[in-house]
This record gives sequence, C-alpha cells and structure tokens, in this order.
Amino acid sequence: MEWTSYLAPLSQGAWVTVQLTVYSTILGGLLSFLFGLGKLSHNPLVKGFSVAYIEVFRGTSLLVQLFWIYFALPLVGQAIGIDLRFPPVVAGVVALALNIGAYGAEVVRGAVQAVPKEQYEAATALNFTSRKRLWRITLPQAIPEMMPTFGNLAVQNLKDTALVSLISLGDMAFRAEQIRNFTQDSVTVYTLVLLMYFGMALVLTAFMKLLERYVGRWRAAGR
Amino acid sequence: MFFGIEWDTSSQWAFAVSIFPILLHGLVVTLEATVVGFFIALILGLVLAALKSAPTRIVRWPAKLLTEFIRDTPLLIQLFFLFYVLPEFGITLPAFLTGALALGVQYSAYTSEVYRAGLEAVAKGQREAARALNLAPGRTFTHIILPQAIPRIIPALGNYLVSIMKDVPVLSVVTVLEMLGVARIIGDRTGGYLIPLSMVGALYLVMTIIASFGVRYLDTHLPKRGLSLK
Repeated sequence: MEWTSYLAPLSQGAWVTVQLTVYSTILGGLLSFLFGLGKLSHNPLVKGFSVAYIEVFRGTSLLVQLFWIYFALPLVGQAIGIDLRFPPVVAGVVALALNIGAYGAEVVRGAVQAVPKEQYEAATALNFTSRKRLWRITLPQAIPEMMPTFGNLAVQNLKDTALVSLISLGDMAFRAEQIRNFTQDSVTVYTLVLLMYFGMALVLTAFMKLLERYVGRWRAAGR
Repeated sequence: MFFGIEWDTSSQWAFAVSIFPILLHGLVVTLEATVVGFFIALILGLVLAALKSAPTRIVRWPAKLLTEFIRDTPLLIQLFFLFYVLPEFGITLPAFLTGALALGVQYSAYTSEVYRAGLEAVAKGQREAARALNLAPGRTFTHIILPQAIPRIIPALGNYLVSIMKDVPVLSVVTVLEMLGVARIIGDRTGGYLIPLSMVGALYLVMTIIASFGVRYLDTHLPKRGLSLK
C-alpha cells in the first residue's frame, strides 16, 4: 500500500490527539494555579490537600494514574454506589490534566515565591486587599516566569497523550497501531507518526512562545 | 496464579497480602529496566552532547535536530518503532532490552542537555585562568572544568533517573512484565483491578519518595566548589 493512504486515518487520529492535548493542557493549567496557590495558602487544610495532590500525582507514573482512573475507579464507585465509569476520552483528559497539573503546580508555587518580598510589602503598605495583591501584583510578575517551563510541560503533555491509546482511545498512536496490524508496514507508519508528533510539538512550542511574549508584554513596555 | 504464586481471594486483605510478592517480582523488573535504561541514557547522552559541541556545523546541526526530535516525540511511539523496526533490519532484541533501549534513547536527549548545561555553568574565568596558567586543553577539562561541573550534573541526572522509573510502565505494552503489567494481568484474571493498581501506585510513591530524598542528599552533600577527581 502507498504511504499516502495512511494519511487519512492518521489525520483522524491526529485530530483526537490535538483535542486531547488542548483540553488537558488547559485543564492542567487551571489545576496548576489552583494547587500551586493552594500550597502557599495559610489554611492548613487547603495546604495539606494541595501538597498531597502534588506529591501523589508527581510521585506515581502517569500510566498507573490512567489505568487507575479507567479500571479501578469504577470499582470504587461500585462500592460506594456512584457510577464512576468514564468514557475513555474523559478518563484520558482527566488523567493527563491531573498529572500535568501536579507538575505545573510546583512551577506556579516556585514562580510566585520568586516574586520579590518588597512587592508584597509595598502592596500591603498601599492598602491593597489580598485578592488585589494577588491579581495585580503577584501574578502579573509570576506568570511570565512560569511560561518557559509551561511550554516544556505542554510538549510533555502532547507526548503523554500517546498513552491514552492504551485505553482504546482512537488517537494518533492508536491509529498507527491499527495500520501496522493491518499492513505490517511498521517502518513507514511509525516514521510518519513520529514526524507528525514532531510537527505538532513544533507548532505547540511556537504557540507557547507567542503566549510567553503576550503575558510578558508589560515588561518590554516598562523597561 | 502468577510467577508460581497463588492468590487468595477469600478477603480483600488476604488478596492484597497474597499478591504483594507477585508485585515485587514486577518491581524488580521495573528497577532493572530503570537502571539499564538510565545507563544507556548516560552514554547516548554523552555522545549527543559531544556531537552537539563539535567544531563543525555539519555535525552540530544534525545532532541538535536529532536531540530535538527525540525529545519532542512520545516514548510509546519510539518504543513501537524500535520494537517493530529493528527486527526488519535483522536486529532481534528481547522485549526487555528493546524497552530499556527506548528509555535510554528518549532520555539521552535530556541527559545530553544536562551535560551541556553543567559544563556551561562553570564560570568563564576558570577557563581563562587555566589558559593563563598555560594548562593544556585536556588538563583544563579534566582538572578544572569537569570537577566543578559534576556537582551540578549529578543531582539533575538523579531527577531523570526518577523520571525513567516512572516511564517504565510504558514497556508493558511490548510484553515486559514490569510492576504495572503484572498488576494488570492480576486484574484481568481476577476482575479486581482496584487493589493491585492501588498497590502499584503506593509502591511507586514509596520509591519516588526514597529516590527524591537520595537526590536531595546528593544535592546538599556534593561539594559545591567542585569534586576532586584525583
């Protein structure tokens, strides 16, 4: 078979991969801020929960988390009488987001802590409320610091989406495996898929660079 | 029954206790794959780092592109690639070695950056001083640059060792019986995924906590000013 005939099924899979990456990266980004700021909270309950979340999801393997959510969670649901059977897409997005969110939370925490202390003191002296201090002073300075690492995490997430093919989700890796089973033409199929992932990663990296420039635009104006 | 060990499904506790030794069999494979993969990553990374700092662009650029390519593509696909493509070129490796090789290739992209960053972080003045003292380039590298780079390189490599350990479950797709693969087989045969998968998660947590203590210990106990190689 011609290699061009692989392109149609692979691009169907590519679309699933793109969707998975976008959803889980956005959700993971939200989780990063939620738990990254949670870890810095003075409330021991919030802090404890955030630390536990970060440690558990950074300390175990993504594939273990994915299988746990897909295979084990329904059994937990059965025991307590709630239906926790998720379709593969939901399980995949949730697992990816929880995983990347835990790594992101540490980045958020680090960047927030790196904001000079005088900035907090000045904001307090100017009678800012703590919410305003967070939104107007801390985050605008912390977010540009996070961006390079977030860019790496987004690419990491794109690569990790390949694992959801193992819970029978029809992403690019899954399609590749199907085609290989059918044609036995492994060299062409996998070369093609590797190149497609590489292309996607380059686009994603470029997008994250643009985003980095966007969130850091006040810096160029100020200096 | 698995690895010749029976499981006891009379109660949940008995089940958990009875499958623990089976999971430990898998754990050993996980650790073996981690160590072999890490070792391959150390060596391939060194090769990539050397190529990337080659004096000619014809060598440097392809090496940079290759590093970028390896780093931006999923381990799973690289693993499948090696698993199905190598035999077509007459190289038939056992699944375990193919898996360890895939881990090593993927992480060589990261280790090569660790080496590069570690060497570049040595203050420029050190190189200049060595030159002023008329030290030969080889001696400058082994006696001045490397001793100061190593304390930076080792903890970073330690972090990647932990990452490799967390990526080993991917090898289960090519029939390597590491811990997660073992847990899934137990789940498939007994219908009870919850206990084996939760135990794997807990064991991973224990291993990564121990490993991160180790990395932190190295980070704080390696001499900051340099490690004498004499």
